[in-house]
Amino acid sequence: MLKLLDGPQTLGRGKIFWSCFLAVLAGALIYPLLADSYDVGNFAYFLIWIFMALGLCLMWGYGGMLSFGQTFFFGIAGYGYGVLAINMGGGTATIAALVLSVIVAMIAAGILGYFMIWGGISGIFFGIVTLSATLVLAFFLGQTAGPEWHIGPARLNGFNGMKGMDPLTVGSFDIEGSALYYLMIALIVIVYIALRMLVNSSVGNVIVATRENPQRAEMLGYDVRKYQLLTFVIGSGLAGLSGALYTSWGQFITPSSIGLPAAAMPIVWVAFSGRNDLTATLVGSFLLLFGFQTITVYSQQAALVLMGVLLLATVMLAPQGFVLGIGKLVVDWWTRRRLRDESPALADTGRLQSDET
Amino acid sequence: MSAELFSVFYQFADVFAFLILSAAGLAIVFGMMGVINMAHGEFIMCGAYVTVGLVNLGVPLPIAQILAALTAGIIGMIVEFLVVRRFYKRPLDSLLATWGLSLIVTQSMLLIVGSAVRGIGTPEGSFAIGGYTFSTYRLVLFGCAVAVLAGLYIIFMKTRFGVIARATMQNAAMAKALGARTGRIYSISFGIGTALAGLCGALYAPTMTLIPTMGATFVVESFVTVVIGGANVLLGTAPAAVFLAMIRMALNASYGQIIGQIGMLFAVILIIRVLPEGLSSVLVRRGR
Repeated sequence: MLKLLDGPQTLGRGKIFWSCFLAVLAGALIYPLLADSYDVGNFAYFLIWIFMALGLCLMWGYGGMLSFGQTFFFGIAGYGYGVLAINMGGGTATIAALVLSVIVAMIAAGILGYFMIWGGISGIFFGIVTLSATLVLAFFLGQTAGPEWHIGPARLNGFNGMKGMDPLTVGSFDIEGSALYYLMIALIVIVYIALRMLVNSSVGNVIVATRENPQRAEMLGYDVRKYQLLTFVIGSGLAGLSGALYTSWGQFITPSSIGLPAAAMPIVWVAFSGRNDLTATLVGSFLLLFGFQTITVYSQQAALVLMGVLLLATVMLAPQGFVLGIGKLVVDWWTRRRLRDESPALADTGRLQSDET
Repeated sequence: MSAELFSVFYQFADVFAFLILSAAGLAIVFGMMGVINMAHGEFIMCGAYVTVGLVNLGVPLPIAQILAALTAGIIGMIVEFLVVRRFYKRPLDSLLATWGLSLIVTQSMLLIVGSAVRGIGTPEGSFAIGGYTFSTYRLVLFGCAVAVLAGLYIIFMKTRFGVIARATMQNAAMAKALGARTGRIYSISFGIGTALAGLCGALYAPTMTLIPTMGATFVVESFVTVVIGGANVLLGTAPAAVFLAMIRMALNASYGQIIGQIGMLFAVILIIRVLPEGLSSVLVRRGR
């Protein structure tokens, strides 16, 4: 099992990488002891979105399916958590609400994915159909202000959004502040490790083979549609996890976290970071979220303009992503230096790999 | 009886005009270059703002609308020159680049102009048939949609530019080898596409509130029409709009706008399962 952690589909392997990984993890674990609780809460807020980014990275970078619908599933699970938590009462039932709302999002992904993937649409149309669904959901929720729009005691409340659900709770212990932070860290480590294992497993190889050339993968005897649907359901389910955690974190959710410009955010994070690698997405998304939040305090519009500029700049200057590109440059420089030390004649071989960036 | 029939036609014409006007520009750009212009909604917004700005300066409405469409077309050609033309070989990246552009434009508009702009009222004028009253301007919009289709038919089927454009669409490399300046064809096509987007915004500007995010109200309709219409504007977009308008009209009448939109989306998702390449592929195949 552990062999799957390092493989051809993920960058970063060997002692140096995993030592860094453990060091960062240790730092993240110590952090709440050093910072005040407000900062810890903010930090937990950035971490919420990482799942959505990793899910998109899996679908787009590994599966070649550019879904613009991450916030669609985010919204389904976010509202789902609210409705379920209000209807089932607080307490430990909120854990069930979290799990169920993610399952609901995955079922929705299964249905939408079935029609799109079995219909054979891909590329551009995959993006705009998922985006259309996202926008329609946002419009729909936006006009549910009247009292007739309710599910049990849960009012949808239109543009003002749904509120009044309990946060995640075990027994009588609310998972908030540091506890929520540690839960997020644990979930991110689990999801990150699990995705690494998935993409390096034989299933992951088929997913990547499908991205490279669907016909060829099909000729080799794989039903690529099933693998694409699996990728889509997992990736969208991760967006759902983000949504449910978001609602639980702030105890509210509004349609504006589904529609434009929210729908563009996961695309910016993953494109900027480098869609072809999970680690790059993890690091890059976190950096962007941190930067975005810092600027949003002054002006949300300015922060969104910056996101647009970053997306445009990424596509024009570094289509593979900035974080991935810089990471590769550093690794190349490092290996080249070592090679030069060992045998000067081999110094140029490292250059071959850096062409991609 | 005839009053009821006309009322049904009127509602159909209203939705049909909205679909055609919002989708035509997007469909041309997609059909010619295989690029989906995610900033389509922003060109619509541009058309609307220019129209309202000019009308507030005292320019008569129809002239303001034509000028607005031209402005959007010129801005479109500039955008094509600076950004879009680098991505003809990478259609997915063109999607991202234009989306980035759309974010920049919408949010900058919010920063600079703010959300409040004095609108202009819908041109007065109504007529009555039987017991019903109808707004004349809605019929003008329908007339414009038909005129846009007719205009595109003439441009693409009856002019020299149209012949070269269709040749480029079929096989760009061969057209280039035969001496067509494909780069210029692409540039003009993109300009026509964004000018039509601007026209859409200009025509709907009197009927809606002007906000920088108004483009979003058009993009769903334009996307789904292009998705099931496919690459051919005349043989795809127009029948797709007729079909979607019928579904939408039926649902709008009994359940309201939002259910109409949801129903349209469901219809589109069902259709792509059956006809992944859009309606135009079927029609073109039949035609051969």
